Amino acid sequence: MTLSYLLRRIGYGLLLMLGVVILNFFLIRLAPGDPAVVIAGEMGGATEEMLESIREEYGLNKPIFTQLWIYVSGIATGNLGESFFFNQPVSKLIGLRIWPTILLVITAQILSISIGVFMGVIAARKPNGILSGIVSIFATIGYAVPVFWTGIMLIILFASVIPIFPVEGMQSVKLRDAGFVVKTLDIAHHLVLPAFTLAIIYLAQYARLSRASMLEVLGSDYIRTARAKGASEVSVLFKHALRNAALPILTVAGLQFGNLISGALLVETVFNWPGMGRLAFDSILRRDYPTILGVLFFASAMVVVANIITDISYRWADPRLRRKS
Amino acid sequence: MNDTPEFKPESPGLEAWRMFRRNIPAVFGLVLLIVIFLATLYGALIYNGDPFDIVWAPHEMPGATPEFPLGTDYLGRDIIAGLLTGGGPTLAVGAAAAALTMFIGISLGALAGYYGGWVDNLLMRFTEFFQVLPALLFAMVLVTLFSPSLWTIAFAIGVVSWPQTARLTRAEFLKIKELEYVTAARAIGARNKRIIWKVILPNAAPPLIVSATLTIGVAILFEAGLSFLGLGDPNVMSWGLMIGANREFILEAWWPVTFPGLAIFLTVFAVSLVGDGLNDAFNPKLRQR
Repeated sequence: MTLSYLLRRIGYGLLLMLGVVILNFFLIRLAPGDPAVVIAGEMGGATEEMLESIREEYGLNKPIFTQLWIYVSGIATGNLGESFFFNQPVSKLIGLRIWPTILLVITAQILSISIGVFMGVIAARKPNGILSGIVSIFATIGYAVPVFWTGIMLIILFASVIPIFPVEGMQSVKLRDAGFVVKTLDIAHHLVLPAFTLAIIYLAQYARLSRASMLEVLGSDYIRTARAKGASEVSVLFKHALRNAALPILTVAGLQFGNLISGALLVETVFNWPGMGRLAFDSILRRDYPTILGVLFFASAMVVVANIITDISYRWADPRLRRKS
Repeated sequence: MNDTPEFKPESPGLEAWRMFRRNIPAVFGLVLLIVIFLATLYGALIYNGDPFDIVWAPHEMPGATPEFPLGTDYLGRDIIAGLLTGGGPTLAVGAAAAALTMFIGISLGALAGYYGGWVDNLLMRFTEFFQVLPALLFAMVLVTLFSPSLWTIAFAIGVVSWPQTARLTRAEFLKIKELEYVTAARAIGARNKRIIWKVILPNAAPPLIVSATLTIGVAILFEAGLSFLGLGDPNVMSWGLMIGANREFILEAWWPVTFPGLAIFLTVFAVSLVGDGLNDAFNPKLRQR
């Protein structure tokens, strides 16, 4: 991988983010009503002085392109505006909430890919076997279950029937002041149900996809060669075949990232997980637009970063792409 | 007169239907979908009851009172009435959103794939931009900024879901436009518009029909998620709203959230079984006589 490729990719990512910022800007102007009132939030009970200071800060009396410039350059310097409901800068609010979301989304991604691919590989060994059938049925079910409902069903199950996992929040109140190890374990314990809830939908998709992809690869000559030279079954499946079947899985993993964040939004609301989704939900109920748009900005940034990482790992997985550029 | 028996080729639609009919899960899905559709369409007429009316004590267990076989919710509203009337909006929004998704996706994808060059470049950058926005969050923003009516919701879902359809259409067009019958159509003087809509699009139809089916499923889940968050139309009962409204009380009563969730699941499950069936029916590799 060349440095120039990486730089070009990052530059393109920044351009996409600029697009998101411009979209945010026009969304506020498209909303019915005075933009100053929209920015202050309809539930905020803004005084005339507050509205005046917003008009001043955003230059709302100036021509629209000047306004756009003020908005874009503000965001470039890390100023996402002020949340009038939480009475805090939006960047600070999101700075606190982005880590729980990243933790949840990445854990769910790792869980769904590893378990899903494992199931798919095993199912591909016998395409007409029982296991293969179970994977197909499970994949269709996983696609059809609303993620928030799965979460609620798991809460009912684990809150009353088998209370071994906490069903709410990210940390136990009584362990707030505990040592680092205890605290980490406590967070991991709280993470189990939300992460699994989110992983279930995608797990099914990866299982189905890797089954199909492996079936194609397993019929090829180099797999027969590997078998002929006496490679063990585990080595054939997970080393020779999986590496070649991995490309479509990677593509989907990258494309799915935006959906994963959408899913995290619902899961966070169900489990009271203190992440960006929960913040978006709270701020939408209060019509706190600077915060909502801030969350939209950061969530899109996460997708852009995930796409860049996917592209890079794609090149790592497929040497042909490296030679081409 | 010619004595040799005339050979009638079967129409592609009929052939696909013949394949579909043999696929047991797909037929099961289709029947299930028709039952759900009829239940939401006529159920509310046969089973009288306003889903917002408080008719009984709150949290009546299913089966405890014969009048309300599935029990009542936290306010004492009949759950069956909610299930029967709540499906309509969900299905309508799902269908409208899927139609909008297909319209935007096919139009942009067809233009990009057919013309190529700078048109393709521009439209694909535009598509990539929309893929960066997390769909549910963007739909939440749209619904909040504008009034949460059924049409706003359908519009919001359509606006966020088209990129995949556009990519699929573009890929089909790239493949088909190189084929000989397209060259032949051009040779007899067909214009671009005619080639796009009358020559290429019908041949690209099978994967697009499958994708449309799956899009309906995704749109239904989307609508359910928005209503669950309380961003739907508050004056219209829907399955997602039932789950969202009863969420606080799940540890006291499991049934008010379980049944609407099952309804959403069964609907999307039926839609995806039909989608899988169509996929297999259109796949010539699986077609054995």
